Amino acid sequence: MTTGALYLQQIINGLSLGAMYALLALGFTLVYGILELINFAHFNVFMVSSFIAMWALELLGISGQGVILTGFALVGALAFAFVVTMVAAGCLGVAIERLALRPMRAARGTAAMITTIGVSYILFNAILLTVGAESKNFPNPMPSVSWQVGGATLRLREVLIWSVALVLMGGLHLFVNRTRLGKAMRATAQDAEAARMMGIDVDRVIITAFFLGSALAGAAALIFGLYYNYTSFIIGYSAGLMAFTAAVLGGIGSVTGAMLGGIIIGLVESLGGQVFAVRWTDVIIFSILVLVLVFAPTGLLGRAAPTKS
Amino acid sequence: MAETARGMLGASCAWLRAASPVARIAPRLRPRIGVALVTIGALLFPVISRNDANIDSAANALAFAALALGLNIVVGFAGLLDLGYAAFFAIGAYTYGAFASYQIEPAWSGFWEPFQWLGLVAHTGDVVHFTVSFWLMLPISAAVAAFFGVLFGAPTLRLKGDYLAIVTLGFGEIVPIVARNTPSVTNGAMGLNGVAAPQLFGWSFGIDATPYYYVGVALVALLIFTSTRLKSSRIGRAWMAIREDEIAAAAMGINRVKFKLLAFAIGAAFAGATGTYFVAKLQTATPEMFMFPVSVMILVMIVFGGIGSVWGVVLGAMILQILQSWFLEDLSQWLHWLGRLIHVGWLQQVELSSSIEMIFGVILVTMMLYRRQGLIPATRPVQALSMTEQTAHVGSGGSSHNFDRLTGLGALDREAEGPLLAVTDMTVRFGGLVALRSVELTVP
Repeated sequence: MTTGALYLQQIINGLSLGAMYALLALGFTLVYGILELINFAHFNVFMVSSFIAMWALELLGISGQGVILTGFALVGALAFAFVVTMVAAGCLGVAIERLALRPMRAARGTAAMITTIGVSYILFNAILLTVGAESKNFPNPMPSVSWQVGGATLRLREVLIWSVALVLMGGLHLFVNRTRLGKAMRATAQDAEAARMMGIDVDRVIITAFFLGSALAGAAALIFGLYYNYTSFIIGYSAGLMAFTAAVLGGIGSVTGAMLGGIIIGLVESLGGQVFAVRWTDVIIFSILVLVLVFAPTGLLGRAAPTKS
Repeated sequence: MAETARGMLGASCAWLRAASPVARIAPRLRPRIGVALVTIGALLFPVISRNDANIDSAANALAFAALALGLNIVVGFAGLLDLGYAAFFAIGAYTYGAFASYQIEPAWSGFWEPFQWLGLVAHTGDVVHFTVSFWLMLPISAAVAAFFGVLFGAPTLRLKGDYLAIVTLGFGEIVPIVARNTPSVTNGAMGLNGVAAPQLFGWSFGIDATPYYYVGVALVALLIFTSTRLKSSRIGRAWMAIREDEIAAAAMGINRVKFKLLAFAIGAAFAGATGTYFVAKLQTATPEMFMFPVSVMILVMIVFGGIGSVWGVVLGAMILQILQSWFLEDLSQWLHWLGRLIHVGWLQQVELSSSIEMIFGVILVTMMLYRRQGLIPATRPVQALSMTEQTAHVGSGGSSHNFDRLTGLGALDREAEGPLLAVTDMTVRFGGLVALRSVELTVP
C-alpha cells in the first residue's frame, strides 16, 4: 500500500467513526441546548444500546459473523435492528429524564450533573453485572463486498454507515427546522421562560430532546457494533468523551455543528493514529477539547460562548 | 387520634432530649466535646482493635477521608464539579514515588554531591538513587499537585462550571494514560516498585499498619482544621458567594478566576499530600490506582456525607471505605443465607463486593433525589445580632424587658424623642412608569 492509499484508507475509516461520533454528539448538543446540562448518562445510554442492538440481531437468529444475508433480507434485518435499538434507546433516555432528572429541574448548581453521573454509573454496572466483563462478538450479517478506490478498500459496511448517518442527520435537520415541535425546541433552547409564556409545553420539548438524542445514540451504538464487530461494557466512556469533544468543537447547542464536529473528530482520530501512535489518540483529542474551549469557546458554528448567567 | 399520637411522640422526644446528658452541656461546648471524643476514639482505635488488617483498612479510609476533604473544597465550597480529582492524587503519588524509589537512576557526578550531603540522594557505584524523606515530600507533593491544579484549571476556569467538569474528566483520563506511556519515570503499567517507607528519627515504618494509621489521623486532622478555618474565612465566603451566584459575586468585587483557581489549587494540594501518604503506605504505585472510578468514589463520599460539610465528608468517606473493607463480605454472606432461607436463587449468587460501583451509583442518585444535603448538612454560621441591632428591633410590647435585663442599653434608645419611622411625600419613577406617588408612611 502506498502512503497516499494508506491515508485514503484512514480517511475512509475516519468518516465512518465520524458518522458515529456525530450521531452521538447530537444527543449531547440537543440536551445541552435546552437544559444547559451535560448529560453524562448519555455515555452509557450509548453503551447499553449497543447491547440492545446485539440482542435485536440475535433475536433474528443472527449471531457472530457466521450468518450472511443479502438483498431484502439484509435490508430488513438491519432496518429492524435500527428501529428496535433506536426506540428502546429513546425510551431509556426518556425514562432517565422522567425518573432522575425532572425532580432535579429546580435544583441549582452541580446537582443535576452529579445525578447524571450516578445514572451513568448505574447503567454501566447494570451491564457489567448482568452481561459480564468480557467483550461480546457483535453479529454482522453483511456480506464482505468491497471496492478498490485509489488503492484503498471501501467496504459495504462503510457505505451503509454513511448512508444511515446521512439519512438520520438529514431527518433531524428537517425535524428541527421544519416541524412545529422542532420550532418549539429551538424556541426553548433560546429562552425556556419566554417559550413557556408563549404556550410551549417545555416538559414535552425536553422529553423530545431526550428521546431524539438517545435514539440517535442507539443508531450510533449499532454502527459501532457493525464497524468494530464487538461490544463491551466499557465502550461508552471513550466514545462519549470523543463525541462530547465533537459537540464542543462544532459549537455546543448547534445541531449542524455537532455533525461537523463529529466528522472532524473521526478524521483526527484515524489520521492521528496514523501519524502519531494510537496510544496517544485520546491525548490528542482531549488537547483539541481544551484548546477549543480556551481559544474559541463558541466552537465552529456555536452561537454564544459556553457560559451561562 | 393520629394527631394525639404525634403529639405524644413529639412530647416524649422533647422529654428524652431534655433528659439526655447532652442537654446539660452548654450548646457552645457541644462541638468541642464532640471533637475531643472523636479524637480520643481515633487515637485509641489501634490500641483497642489490635488487628493489623483492621488498622490497615482504617488507614486507607483515612486516606480517602483526606481526599474527600480536598474535593469538598472544590465541589462543596467553590461549587466546581471536578470529575478527575484522582489525577492530582496520582500526581502526588508519582511525585513521591519517583523521588523515593530506584526508578530514576541518573549517572553519578560531582553535581549530586551537595544533594548527597543533604541526604536527598545516595549512590551505589556510579548510579544515583533518590532518597528524599517522606516528610519533606509531603509539602513538596502538595505544591506540585497545586501547580498542576493551576495548570489544568487556568484554561477552563474562565468558563462556566459545566465545562470544567468535562475537562477535568479528560484530565483524569489523561494522567493515568501518560503514567502508563512514560515507563522511564513511572515504570508504566507494571507500577513503581520498592517505594521507600517513611522514617522517623532513623526508625522505618516498614509494613506495620499502626504508624501509617497515626500519620493518617494527623493528616486528616490537619486537613479538617484547614477546611474549617478556610470555610469561615474571607476566602471561604468568597467561594460560597461564587458557588451561589457567580455574577452577583463578581459584582461584589470578588475576583472569580483568582478564587476558583485558589480552590482548585488547594483541593489539588490536599490530594497531592494524600497521594504521597498513600504510596508511602502501599510502597507501590500503578496507573490503575488513579482511574475514573476513584474520582467517582470520592465524589460519592462527599455527596453521601454532605456536600460542603467538613465533618460530613469525613464521615461519608469513612463509612463507605469501612463498608467496603469490613462489611461487604459479611453482608454478601447474610444475603446468601437469606436466599437459601426463602429459596430465591439470585440472592444466593449476589456478590456485593463486585457490585460496589453499582451501590455507589445508587447512592449518588438516591442522595441527589431524596437527601441532597447529605448525612450531615453543611451549616452556615448565623451571626448573633449586635447590640445596636437588638435594640433596633425593640419597638413596644412585652418582649422589650428581656433586652432591658440583657443590656440596659435598650432603654436609652427607646427614650429618644421623635418618630421611629416617618416618610412623607415619596415618589418613585422608573422612566415613564410611576411606581409610587406622594406616599406618606408613619409608624408611631
